[in-house]
Amino acid sequence: MVAISQTAGGERSTDDLNAAGLRRDERMERLKLFGLSSPALLIVLVILVIPTGWLFYVSFIGADGTFSLENYERMIERKSYIRIFITTFQISLLTTAICILIGYPLAYFMSQLPSGLANLCLIAVLLPFWTSLLVRTYAWLVLLQKQGLVNTWAINLGLWDEPIKMVHNMTGTLIGMVHIMLPFLILPVYGAMRAIDRDYLKAASNLGAGPVKAFWTVFFPLSTPGLFAGALMVFVLCLGFFVTPAVLGGGKVIMVSMKIVSNIELFVNWGAASALGVVLLVLTLGALWIASGFLKLDQMTGGGH
Amino acid sequence: MKDTATTDALPITVRNVTKTYGAVHALDNVSIDVRSGEFLTLLGPSGSGKTTLLMVMAGFTRPDAGSLKFGETEMIRTPPHLRDVGMVFQNYALFPHMTVAGNVGYPLKLRKVAKAEIAERVEQALEKVQLGGYGERRINQLSGGQRQRVALARSIVFEPRILLMDEPLSALDKKLRDRMQIELRHLHEELGMTTVYVTHDQREALTMSDRIAVVNHGRIMQLATPQDLYDAPANTFVADFIGESTFLDVTRQGDELIAAGTRLITDRPAPDGSALNLMMRPERVALVEGEAAPSVTTFRATVSDLVYQGESFLLYARLEDGTEVAVRGAIRAGTFATLAKPGEAVTLGLAASDMVILADGGH
Repeated sequence: MVAISQTAGGERSTDDLNAAGLRRDERMERLKLFGLSSPALLIVLVILVIPTGWLFYVSFIGADGTFSLENYERMIERKSYIRIFITTFQISLLTTAICILIGYPLAYFMSQLPSGLANLCLIAVLLPFWTSLLVRTYAWLVLLQKQGLVNTWAINLGLWDEPIKMVHNMTGTLIGMVHIMLPFLILPVYGAMRAIDRDYLKAASNLGAGPVKAFWTVFFPLSTPGLFAGALMVFVLCLGFFVTPAVLGGGKVIMVSMKIVSNIELFVNWGAASALGVVLLVLTLGALWIASGFLKLDQMTGGGH
Repeated sequence: MKDTATTDALPITVRNVTKTYGAVHALDNVSIDVRSGEFLTLLGPSGSGKTTLLMVMAGFTRPDAGSLKFGETEMIRTPPHLRDVGMVFQNYALFPHMTVAGNVGYPLKLRKVAKAEIAERVEQALEKVQLGGYGERRINQLSGGQRQRVALARSIVFEPRILLMDEPLSALDKKLRDRMQIELRHLHEELGMTTVYVTHDQREALTMSDRIAVVNHGRIMQLATPQDLYDAPANTFVADFIGESTFLDVTRQGDELIAAGTRLITDRPAPDGSALNLMMRPERVALVEGEAAPSVTTFRATVSDLVYQGESFLLYARLEDGTEVAVRGAIRAGTFATLAKPGEAVTLGLAASDMVILADGGH
């Protein structure tokens, strides 16, 4: 037992009040918490930090095995590389835009349903996740080809006369990618919409806003954090996407990821592939950085609840 | 700039409004007249239908049947955004993506008021709720009391002739609530709009209202001024809900009324019906020393508990039939020590003017 010495004036010695012991306990607790997270930190270090560093290193090694900038110079000199980057961003932006146009109304519809029905819809949205990406992509190939289901039915119904080319081009790639990416947009948008207090809309209506006005002045601005998050996720995932554009693009639509693969598989040029990876990584981070400026702005305006 | 005090208030006429949720009657054939410019409170326990009635007035709840008139105009099928009534929500419902000025100016912007006038009227409304100069603040930078005031400013800035409030003070701490009650009262006097206020807090209702409608099971139990409600409740439910009281069963023996074995001395006739109750308010029951006046009914009792509460004492006394009656009285210097202690015998007196006998209605 530590005696608490207290004089008539009320002075106390901190040692007597267990201050040192309490401080030590707190330090121990923090150490233990850190200990819990150390396996995850180790994994991140081993499979993320080290390989990325290695990637950077390899990208600066030329064909003769010494330090050189030739991998990067090639990207600037050759038009085909620039075109590949433009295509990649074009497809990513288009996919994101189409996902927003389709996904936002769907999420809105779901957010207005009673929660039981909404959960059922959510399962339907998530259902594609349970099938293999490859299976879904090849399924589109079957559906969209010249003698495929879509063309046959459309011709039989008289919608168009000649089979339309819908695969091995941009159209097919976009259809496939939108299908794969849609859930990534819908989930955060739906979450943000569910979190909007219905009283906000009641208040808007009480103050004189009709349904359309209330939607655009209150509901939509409050749903934008979810929309930004979803759009950003879709866009970034699209930038590095491989399987779907490779299968449905049929070699006509070349994205960065496909070029990386060909650099390694055809030319066994690890340096060139690494440089492409580095540039894609830097561009992605740049896009994230720009977007995070929007997000922060938005949190400032929407963070009141 | 129009002076808001001259805004004509509108009376609200509710006729035979019914709303059922499954088998539950949220509103059971309710009719009520809110007079032009008055402060009327809907008071009742949770689930009584008071909020449903307010939501019918605001247009957010569609009743099964009935009529609702603002002045002479039938409103029951008018959508909420065309009703032009102000409303303060329980959780304020301030738009988090707008500034204080954005929130308060929102109804004016919808009414296509010119920008300069919006700014002017927003500032005036904020000054009315003592938040002048707060326009550029964000909602999440405000305290609960300030949010409450912004919500109020937003609901009065477009000068509606009717103002609805749904338990607007329930989220505030007691001190702030007491102050806001007085402020709301003053604001109402200044603006003069017809105000319907919903609360479950009887003290709040007594403090603020011109008249109170006590609601239970989707029906209006009584509509009266706070004093009438307290002194002459229409039935046991109202008496029980407003203030504290002890009830004694009353039996008829010929012309006489008997409670707890004592013949009651009354100065007005008892209501009809067989199930009668005598209402005893703690502060109206007196401790009788010596001989009581002829108009005072006396009960013999034994003290079971005596509680010191600062400005007053609360004494619990058991009557001969076993009923426990509460007695409250003021304490002055030294008087507490002279009171009867637990176990001692006392005589309780109830004056004929305080003798309220109620039919057991409302349950």
